[in-house]
Amino acid sequence: MSATSSATPIYNFDIVKKFAFMAVVWGLIGMSAGVLIAAQLVWPELNFDTPWFTYSRLRPLHTNAVIFAFGGCALFATSYYVVQRTCQTRIFSDKLANFTFWGWQAIIVSAVITLPLGITSSKEYAELEWPIDILIAIVWIAYAIVFFGTIVKRTTSHIYVANWFYGGFILTVAVLHIGNSMAIPVSLTKSYSIYSGAVDAMMQWWYGHNAVGFFLTAGFLGMMYYFVPKQAERPVYSYRLSVVHFWALVSLYIWAGPHHLHYTALPDWTQSLGMVMSVVLFVPSWGGMINGIMTLSGAWHKLRTDPILRFMIVSLSFYGMSTFEGPMMAIKSVNALSHYTDWTVGHVHSGALGWVAMVSIGSLYHLIPKVFGRERMYSIKLINVHFWLATIGVVLYIVAMWITGVMEGMMWRAVNADGTLTYSFIEIVAQKKPYNIMRWIGGLCVVSGMIIMLYNVVRTIKSEKVADQGLATKPAVANA
Amino acid sequence: MDYGTYRGIYTIIVLVVFVGIIWWAYSKQSKKRFDNAANSILDDSDVEKKNSRKKEQQVHRD
Repeated sequence: MSATSSATPIYNFDIVKKFAFMAVVWGLIGMSAGVLIAAQLVWPELNFDTPWFTYSRLRPLHTNAVIFAFGGCALFATSYYVVQRTCQTRIFSDKLANFTFWGWQAIIVSAVITLPLGITSSKEYAELEWPIDILIAIVWIAYAIVFFGTIVKRTTSHIYVANWFYGGFILTVAVLHIGNSMAIPVSLTKSYSIYSGAVDAMMQWWYGHNAVGFFLTAGFLGMMYYFVPKQAERPVYSYRLSVVHFWALVSLYIWAGPHHLHYTALPDWTQSLGMVMSVVLFVPSWGGMINGIMTLSGAWHKLRTDPILRFMIVSLSFYGMSTFEGPMMAIKSVNALSHYTDWTVGHVHSGALGWVAMVSIGSLYHLIPKVFGRERMYSIKLINVHFWLATIGVVLYIVAMWITGVMEGMMWRAVNADGTLTYSFIEIVAQKKPYNIMRWIGGLCVVSGMIIMLYNVVRTIKSEKVADQGLATKPAVANA
Repeated sequence: MDYGTYRGIYTIIVLVVFVGIIWWAYSKQSKKRFDNAANSILDDSDVEKKNSRKKEQQVHRD
């Protein structure tokens, strides 16, 4: 009897397994969609003359799939794992956690169906129509209950810093999503935002930039504060710095949104405020980045043998790079050149592919063998191959976008002596072609890496289970 | 109180709170607690085993 009851694990790893596996699957799908639309920029006929495959419909599908499907599943998986292990207690409610899994998958599938059909609210990163928005809100509130419920029933006295970042991310995303998605439905598939004009724009980028700040940053910093020390087998460089990092980051990010609206109808003082707060944001961002990287101080040799750690440290380097680039681009005079160009696209991808995807991939490689009860991933060699494909892919991508971004910014602003524009729009598009091919090749490298990852994960799951053998034989001995 | 004064006071309050957080984080009293917290995630290395086979091991050992 004691043997059977004790065989019940104290943690719920089943939910972590499901989210972790789907993170890899959606990562591959979302990034493949990105590669397709990158190819369309070079070979427009790849829309096959259908409305469903046009760039304008697939682009939101790509962004939703990578941010909310891939990034979201990775955040769910790691947060459920980290909160259970650091609080040393089972998750608050298995049923509710399961509901967040199936609810989140249902949301993704409805996005995959509605966006190619052209059903959109047209708000960037918030394109999904109102019935899906309501489902997102319900699932997110369930997520908050599960997460904070687990923290409440913890058996440890201290709430580890990773949970603070995850908690901040969950809470803020709820507020952002509900605030920005307020709309009046006119039919099942169409609604109009309750905000209008410059207020609508401000709401949209208050949401949009904080989606970057809290969804794509705070959540993944939670990952960093748990998985980097775990993989390096050393405590975080400075726990005190992490405390200051948390409060500085959450209090500053919320103000940075207006930098998306420089030189628009937004009041000048709001633009300037957004610019100043964005520049200040550099400080906590680098504080956190240094804290993560310095965790390895005295153990740098581990980078030579451990590709998982390499993923994490390179992701932090990209984080440092893009959080330097971001504040710089938020300066109005720089923004006058960079805005609406590919430079912005490159900046986003150095953050999203370099930082977010790589820290997630590293964390997933650490977590998957643990939750599936395997000693390690099926092939460390393949992790290394994935690492190099991802790194080379991201570098190719962002270098191409720097070139096209600055080039098109300069060409757009070039004027003749009589004040007319020097270049027509299509001339500039044609000029970008070789670099768009380079970007597409970079994307191909990243996607190839994800295919290798999926293979490695499947082989790991199918490999012989270490812990299971113990479970199967030992209780029998004990009972005898 | 006009809006400008309110904002000025609000800014000072936020500044004081932030300095307070730094002072608290870097104070001597917090050091031990934070060091323990930083190490806590590394000390649970047996949790993995505990999760799947801790009891079995105990039974086995007994």
